[in-house]
Amino acid sequence: MRLEARGALSPAMAIVAPFAAVVVTLAVAALFVAWAGAPVGRTYALIFEGGFGSRFAWSETLTRATPLMLTGLAAAIAFRAHLYNIGAEGQLYLGALAAVAAGGLHGGTGFDLPTPLLFAAMVAAAALAGALLMVLPAVAKTRFGVDEVVTTLLLNFIVLLFVSMMLDGPMKDPTAMGWPQSVALKEELELPKLVERTRVHAGLLVAIVLAALAWAVLRLTTFGFEVRAVGANARAARFAGVPVTRTLVLVALASGAIAGLAGAIEVAGRTGYVTLDMSPGYGYTGIVIAMLAGLNPLGVVAAAVFIAGVMVGADSMSRAVAVPTYIADVIVSVALLAMLVATLAARYRLRLR
Amino acid sequence: METRPSPQPSPRERGEGAYAPVLRLTGITKRFGALVANDGVSLELARGEVLALLGENGAGKSTLVSILFGHYLADAGTIEAFGAPLPPGDPAAALAAGIGMVHQHSTLADNLTVLDNVMLGTEPLWWPVSRRRAGRARLVATAQRFGLAVDPDARVARLSVGERQRVEILKALYRDARVLILDEPTAVLTPQESEALFSTLRGLCADGLAIIFISHKLDEVLRVSDRIAVLRAGRLVATMPAAGTAKAGLAEVMVGRPIPPPAGKPHGRGDVACVLDHVVMHGERAGERLHDVSLALRAGEITAIAGVSGNGQAALVDLLCGLRAADAGTVTLGGQPLPAEPRAWIGAGAARIPDDRREVGTIGDLPVWENAIAERYRKPFSSAALVRRGAARSFARKLCDRYDVRGGGIDVPARTLSGGNMQKLIVGRALSGGATRADRFAPTLIVANQPTWGLDAGAVAWVHQQMLDACARGAAVLLVSEDLDEILALADRVAVLHAGKLSAARAASAWTLSELGMAMAGEGTRDAA
Amino acid sequence: MLDALVAMLANADFWAAVLRIATPLVFGTLGVLLCERAGVLNLGIEGIMVAGAFTGWLAVHAGAGLWTGVAVAAGTGAVFGLLHGVLTVPLALSQHVAGLGITLFASSVAYYAYRVSFPNVTTPPTIQPFADMHGLGLPVLAAQTPLTLLALALVPLVAWILARTPLGLAVRMVGENPAAAEGQGLDVIAVRVGAIVAGSALMGVAGAFLTLSAFNAFFFNLINGRGWICVALVVFAGWRPGKALAGALLFAFFDAMQLRLQQADAGAVPYQAWLMLPYVLSILALVAVARRASYPQALMKPWRRGER
Repeated sequence: MRLEARGALSPAMAIVAPFAAVVVTLAVAALFVAWAGAPVGRTYALIFEGGFGSRFAWSETLTRATPLMLTGLAAAIAFRAHLYNIGAEGQLYLGALAAVAAGGLHGGTGFDLPTPLLFAAMVAAAALAGALLMVLPAVAKTRFGVDEVVTTLLLNFIVLLFVSMMLDGPMKDPTAMGWPQSVALKEELELPKLVERTRVHAGLLVAIVLAALAWAVLRLTTFGFEVRAVGANARAARFAGVPVTRTLVLVALASGAIAGLAGAIEVAGRTGYVTLDMSPGYGYTGIVIAMLAGLNPLGVVAAAVFIAGVMVGADSMSRAVAVPTYIADVIVSVALLAMLVATLAARYRLRLR
Repeated sequence: METRPSPQPSPRERGEGAYAPVLRLTGITKRFGALVANDGVSLELARGEVLALLGENGAGKSTLVSILFGHYLADAGTIEAFGAPLPPGDPAAALAAGIGMVHQHSTLADNLTVLDNVMLGTEPLWWPVSRRRAGRARLVATAQRFGLAVDPDARVARLSVGERQRVEILKALYRDARVLILDEPTAVLTPQESEALFSTLRGLCADGLAIIFISHKLDEVLRVSDRIAVLRAGRLVATMPAAGTAKAGLAEVMVGRPIPPPAGKPHGRGDVACVLDHVVMHGERAGERLHDVSLALRAGEITAIAGVSGNGQAALVDLLCGLRAADAGTVTLGGQPLPAEPRAWIGAGAARIPDDRREVGTIGDLPVWENAIAERYRKPFSSAALVRRGAARSFARKLCDRYDVRGGGIDVPARTLSGGNMQKLIVGRALSGGATRADRFAPTLIVANQPTWGLDAGAVAWVHQQMLDACARGAAVLLVSEDLDEILALADRVAVLHAGKLSAARAASAWTLSELGMAMAGEGTRDAA
Repeated sequence: MLDALVAMLANADFWAAVLRIATPLVFGTLGVLLCERAGVLNLGIEGIMVAGAFTGWLAVHAGAGLWTGVAVAAGTGAVFGLLHGVLTVPLALSQHVAGLGITLFASSVAYYAYRVSFPNVTTPPTIQPFADMHGLGLPVLAAQTPLTLLALALVPLVAWILARTPLGLAVRMVGENPAAAEGQGLDVIAVRVGAIVAGSALMGVAGAFLTLSAFNAFFFNLINGRGWICVALVVFAGWRPGKALAGALLFAFFDAMQLRLQQADAGAVPYQAWLMLPYVLSILALVAVARRASYPQALMKPWRRGER
């Protein structure tokens, strides 16, 4: 049994394959649901309802999708250049911390600027924090050939410890009665709600606009060409005159900045302050989203909504049926692996001999 | 171990006329998608004979022997080895049947020793200990028996190309090969090393081995083989004894149509375009070093660098393509020293043709039109940070038109192009300099590194013609090639690179083949003029 | 501070802790090493360790013996390793993506299974873990469990297999030049997948050590990045088992040290800074050795049969 390259890409398979992946995912997840002893059909229906079945469901899904779009974008643009940024989780947290530092600390270290300026400073601080985290991995990769997967991963642990340290000390909220959370963001800096009485906030628009921008940059601009060339074949790109190191570093910084921005937007739009559990793995989920979307920025928006819906739906479903919420992670990971295999279908044919 | 026929004097030596074939291929057919690589090929190989498989690049020679050895599975046809059917698609079965293969590209692991490479696969995987002492003794004995010197404990990375080839032959002999396949073995050897190889082969035949020798070089084939089988476009078009066959006739059978030699327009020796002055380049590997190289390239002149790959060609080419800087000495183009930035060299008019069209010359996943503008995506094909798609696509269309690049349009990924069309794209891109009209750009320097490697005769002639035309329009041409025939056909001056040192560049007519060979092997070097 | 340091180094308990912390790292690093010597990066280790920790523990909780639990964990690792192998070798998919997908899949399956098996517990149920080997009489080793001895014994065994057996040569060759291996009649896919399966089994055992020996229960965030540290340690070890042991011990040394110095320090430096130390050191070690690293030449390069 072996794979044989097709002569030309099969457009039919390119459309059928993702659907097949979804079917396989649902089938495999059904096994898990059945194992928990729950009725499969009802469980899926509850997940769907919980994620997409009502105005409230949609609002929760979109709220959850907002940071996911951003971490997904961060991963997508980095992976496009073959730069495996696994550090979005840490970049998100550091960005959130920087946002609160710029926009929330009063009495001494706080800044007393007019609101629009302060808002801009908050955003810039978050983006800068995320970008700075990528400096070491980027330099280590381009200068010393160190694989960025491990460096960005290890940095996540370091950053989380750092945030915990800050929350215990200088940035602790004195009014929180011992609960480890940061000082709150100034109220004027919080993002407005898009729909009243829901948690959907303007950060959603920011994420969608950024995704569209990323798509346009990749497709239409000179820098986008450089990124795609480096990701496709760095050696040939260098030969043609593309500044590979500079491109990789810029992509790394951009990716980190977007992930940092995700942190700021979560704080400004949803929580108002930084806590240690404000991100249930958004950074890592973003990677899955990017890969599901085929590294396409516009696809990231759709994939983020899909995954957010599954997660929100699973949360609500598990309150009604005795299926653990981890079914969401199972569904997402199987979807990823199935999509990965499905990408082969358009380019290769399976031969039995 | 299976029984194998023991070595006997060859039938010719015994004076016998008829002999049983050791190999019989019947009706071998292989398709890769729409391409028919082998079409109903039937061949026999006799004991103790050297059969040359002749054909131009792309004729299907490598595919055929790969099928024989089990790397590929034929779509149709059977193989018999020593009278028994050979299980297809299984290199282990081929090896067990006594077939050994010396591949064209290195099948040795650099980080391991010679003994490791030879012993791999010769012992069952479930054995608790590898019998290295016995293996070493056997390797040394085999080497001595066939006159091939080798150091079992040397790391392969340190060996020269000729030494590596010896190891590959020993690998097969260690496993009692009775049929040896050699795929283009002389492509990487100096003339003297080729001679040594031929005498080794004669010794092997005297021992009863049968040899399949793949080549596209007519002289060699006529010298070393007993019989010649000619492949053309996947079909076996002729078999003939080597004795009494004329070279010209053979060439016609091989190519199938007369290919006129490229028309060299008369060109005068113009001004100096590019100067290397006492250039030194350091490097980890031997092939990446240059020792005190000085060379002046003039407009309208083709200067060829002969030599076996791994003697500094990579360093020289990287220097002139703008990929690496010299560690000492200067290099100028058009009188200006240029930094190690490909863009600077492209901007100064350098047209560069790399030796690896798939991994360096094109970006396979990007479409043809983006590859066409890849060297000039900033100027002129970008403005205000946006790529000028319309202008770029129109340029790409005109490029593919003018340089006859075929294969599905400008939107298909470049990796889907055939080797020849890919090379045309690369050459066209280099020579047109981003200008849509033919007379708007003339390169000042052409750096061509193995520009016709792996191309069929038609494409080879096309590339040569393009280089000659550009040269006549005033470009200085540096041709780096392992193919001495190509060098002697095109070059005005020839210099030889060996171990990072460049010999004096003399007129092509002033070199004899034997002098070239000696210079390539590093003997009798003269001081650079 | 200096007195505390000296006292710590003289204390047998400290060295016992070092060995104990190093054990899962030794198993895990050897596992990654096997995969990478064969040319495949296995980023599934973090998830495989979670899965191995859970299934080993579950088997023991269900009544099986401790060594049976270890075997179950190894088997679990092998199964996920087989999945990774199929995705990355015959299908030649991206090793980064497949590995991360497997980590997510394996850990989510383990957490899901745990929740399904124990829906309403608030404190994790415990088992009777491996006992220490006080019968041995040697000071530091006596405080260890048999799994640590197994880890220490595996190091020379793996080194020997790689260097001295035909199987080890085959594994090394497919990681250096798979075309050469095929040219000598080896089945590259079988050897690569086999190495990944074996390596992943070791990763499963690494996880099981945590639930069957170091602790006695399974809980979330049990692995806490140890898998990724193993990936870094392999580079640090130059893909050699002996140096892998040295790296694991070095890392464990700093990990054990930060805990004790933290206690001695009595809060002058925040405890998080101490906890950061091992990760920071891992990054620094990686950068320091990366320049000289001579990695298996075919690492992360997909190999397609018949495409030459």
